[in-house]
Amino acid sequence: METTILNRKEAMLTANAIRSDILAMLPPGKVGHLGGSSSIADIMSCLYFHHMNINPKNMKDPDRDRILLSKGHSVLAQYAALTELGVIDRNELKTLKTYGSVLQGHPDMERTPGIEAVTGSLGQGLSVGLGLALGLKLEKSKGRVYVICGDGELSEGQVWEAAMAGSVFKADNLTAIIDLNGIQATGTTEETFPIPNIAEKWEAFGWNVIQLDGHDVVAIHKALEEARNFKGKPSVLVARTIKGKGFSFAENKAAFHNGSLTDEQYKIALEDLEKIKNEVEKS
Amino acid sequence: MITASLRKSYGEALVQIGRENKDIVVLEADLGKSTMSCFFEDQFPDRYFQMGIAEQNMASTSAGLALAGKIPFYSTFAVFATGRAYDQIRSSIAIPDLNVNICGSSAGLSDFGDGKTHQSIDDIALMRVLPNMTVLSPVDAEETKKMVKAMAESEGPAYIRINRSDLPVLTADDDKPYQIGQMTSVKKGDDITVFASGIMVHQSLKAAEMLEKEGISVEVVNVSCIKPLDKDAVKQFSAGRKGIVTAEEHSIIGGMGSAITEAMSENPLPLVQIGVQDKYGTSASCYEDLLKAYGLTEDDIVTAVKRLIKK
Ligand SMILES: Cc1ncc(C[n+]2csc(CCOP(=O)(O)OP(=O)(O)O)c2C)c(N)n1
Repeated sequence: METTILNRKEAMLTANAIRSDILAMLPPGKVGHLGGSSSIADIMSCLYFHHMNINPKNMKDPDRDRILLSKGHSVLAQYAALTELGVIDRNELKTLKTYGSVLQGHPDMERTPGIEAVTGSLGQGLSVGLGLALGLKLEKSKGRVYVICGDGELSEGQVWEAAMAGSVFKADNLTAIIDLNGIQATGTTEETFPIPNIAEKWEAFGWNVIQLDGHDVVAIHKALEEARNFKGKPSVLVARTIKGKGFSFAENKAAFHNGSLTDEQYKIALEDLEKIKNEVEKS
Repeated sequence: MITASLRKSYGEALVQIGRENKDIVVLEADLGKSTMSCFFEDQFPDRYFQMGIAEQNMASTSAGLALAGKIPFYSTFAVFATGRAYDQIRSSIAIPDLNVNICGSSAGLSDFGDGKTHQSIDDIALMRVLPNMTVLSPVDAEETKKMVKAMAESEGPAYIRINRSDLPVLTADDDKPYQIGQMTSVKKGDDITVFASGIMVHQSLKAAEMLEKEGISVEVVNVSCIKPLDKDAVKQFSAGRKGIVTAEEHSIIGGMGSAITEAMSENPLPLVQIGVQDKYGTSASCYEDLLKAYGLTEDDIVTAVKRLIKK
């Protein structure tokens, strides 16, 4: 059984750095997906810095693990993680979504180093991830595939087609991560399009289901360990999260699904992150 | 000149026709605050179906509602409204010729920040190729309002593509209904005719004004109904001209320019197509940056007209 050591403090500080890079991409007035990006910052930290077999100096290694962001609008979290890894030049952050930038509004594998697919039209990422996982198996590659989906995104039927196929093909090198933040574009998923019993649904489709708190790095770490070692079925992490996590004014607010910050909010955001950082360092 | 939101106009028009006709129903896929179908939800919650992020299901469910005698309008971003549900539109809506009305919001490059997966440069082509489908591209908020009414009243499926940005109001706010098939001249001229749609009508008018100062007379035609295309009007508006320019915020392959070219194939004239040149979109910090980068400005139209004049 493969195990990885987690430095809890370090993982939390990296998550904080990811949130701070997200903020750097969204200066006051600039519209962007803050909410759904910050809700996966802790997951990104654990994946990229403690779990994945990747070499930042060679992001094309055929044996590497891969992350696909099926909820492509949250790519800011992935840009941030890749910046912390040194794969993306920090100077690029301010160019997000400007003409000619390597940092597009949605994941673009042709433009951005470390991005593995083109996603953004919701519901397709898990299918692409499944194909990639099956292909890696055929190549006898050790590479694992992680696909991050939104809970709103689960209303796309294709997600469930991929879920069925994943279990038919026993794709145990594939891990889906559901960012269960309870808010989509219109409002809460409860008001917009409620999908009850998510964990049971995946179980019924033949997946190894792990439920966890998606902001608890230790829980994320354990879940990823379990998924990596589970054989014969694909695993899914059903991660309860808070949209806008870490930014006091944005937490659980649909307005920050895709919105902009005022000067005042930007200032508060910087203070929030500083406060969290100090608390983690002291802990 | 007054500018107004076409999206708002779409939402308001739904409320208006919904008030007059109880059979109007509206479906949405988690983007009602952007397409403005949320106005209808506020007024008629019982006739509003929030389908979740599930465009294929939304398209076929609309077909079912039409079979039950309802007049559905469904909306989401243009890319998802058309491409994401293409086979569902084809099989369950267009083949049986049902009165399902599709609204593709944030069409063309107007969703500038989100980039290529969200920018719709092929929706006209996709909808135009389907037998029975009507394809509309309003020039302003007033035309949008009238078109929505016309869509509801006409038999068979229809698609309307709507710009995310506000646009200058060109057409009159009067009681004259929109006739499907209608193509109107918005500026007279006799050297070159520019057939334009959507935002490109506005760019063409600016270009025509610039050219007029240099003694070049340009006619600008608003092709707001791309299908069925009024071939007689195309003939009439191109008679005796030195050349034709088509201008659209869409791929030059399969869009309005292609439709005009097809219509003119029996009586061809030198023709320049302005549009997205077989490329995908990209992110930008504002719409204007993209219009410039993709050759969709008044200057590009001026250059095209001059090229034809020199021939
Ligand atoms: C096929 C498709 N339909 C609609 C959209 C527009 N859209 C982008 S994000 C979003 C809401 C996503 O909600 P969720 O999956 O819960 O993501 P999160 O809350 O984590 O941001 C919608 C409707 C899209 N990108 N793709």
